[in-house]
Amino acid sequence: MLTLQFIPHHEIEKLDSEARINKLLDGVKNNEIVLLEGRLESEEETKLIERTMEDISPIFKGVELCTIYPHKRRSKKLDVGNLIKSGLIKILLGNKEGLTIIGPATIVKEIKRDPKKIQLLIKKGKR
Amino acid sequence: MLSGILDFINNLFSGLFQKKKHVKIGLYGPPNGGKTTIANKICKDWLGENMGKASNVPHETRKVNVKEQIVMKSNGKELTFNLVDTPGIATKIDYESFMKFKMSAKKAKQRAKEATKGVIEAIRWLDDMDIVLVVLDSTINPYDQVNITIIGNLAARKIPVLVVANKTDLKKSNIKRVENAFPQYKVVGISALKDKKMEDFYTALFKLVK
Repeated sequence: MLTLQFIPHHEIEKLDSEARINKLLDGVKNNEIVLLEGRLESEEETKLIERTMEDISPIFKGVELCTIYPHKRRSKKLDVGNLIKSGLIKILLGNKEGLTIIGPATIVKEIKRDPKKIQLLIKKGKR
Repeated sequence: MLSGILDFINNLFSGLFQKKKHVKIGLYGPPNGGKTTIANKICKDWLGENMGKASNVPHETRKVNVKEQIVMKSNGKELTFNLVDTPGIATKIDYESFMKFKMSAKKAKQRAKEATKGVIEAIRWLDDMDIVLVVLDSTINPYDQVNITIIGNLAARKIPVLVVANKTDLKKSNIKRVENAFPQYKVVGISALKDKKMEDFYTALFKLVK
């Protein structure tokens, strides 16, 4: 059976970085695919990779990770309107925007992403 | 207050001089993008020697390697820097994947252990970099979380980035796809192995430093 754990952003917003990472990794180590409302800071994402590497063993083989930001800037041109818009969204929502998917590498084979879709590929016999 | 002003002046001057003297250029990216092949090509071109061993087995580089005092010249300008080749950054390492390359379980487990340490070491070196070359295999989908995380981190740390789309000699290479994935950054397509477009790469690197 495949288990998805949804973590609303308010459950992590008051936690420090260490506690946030622990909360996410605890779910993953419990063989759950964790869906976090919003995203981590980019430094926290790196810290998550670092912590994952520290914990790797013949049983825990790491994670598959994907973050989705709906308002990611995609142009080289400096668009003042978009900059103000994204600045306001950042002030109002912080990192609540978007979605983070983290799954154990023993279950999630790959999270394929391109500009149009995201595919979560599960390993055979793990459903 | 006074100590704050003194710290500011100290930081300003040490920043000005140290940066010019010891520019550190880091090669970052996922495993098998060709970081060591590029490091070897740079060292061969400007020092006449190789830097490390490259192979098609993932996580061949498991320790940070530094080559000091490389002097690069282009259009009458000179750039002296230390080149830092880092282990590939990954979110998962499965020792069994190494066994496909005819490695014993014992050796594969050891390699996996070293590889995890290498990833941690590479991440910890990020703060020391003045410039980072993010090396991607241009035949592979660039919308990978590792690439996005590395580039997001560099942006947060305000470290200048040049995206290097390597392996352009291969049929499946797609530089446009890399450019579309990271439109905020200069992307240069090269084949370090086949010595293609290295001049463009050096020109782009000079532009980023100066």
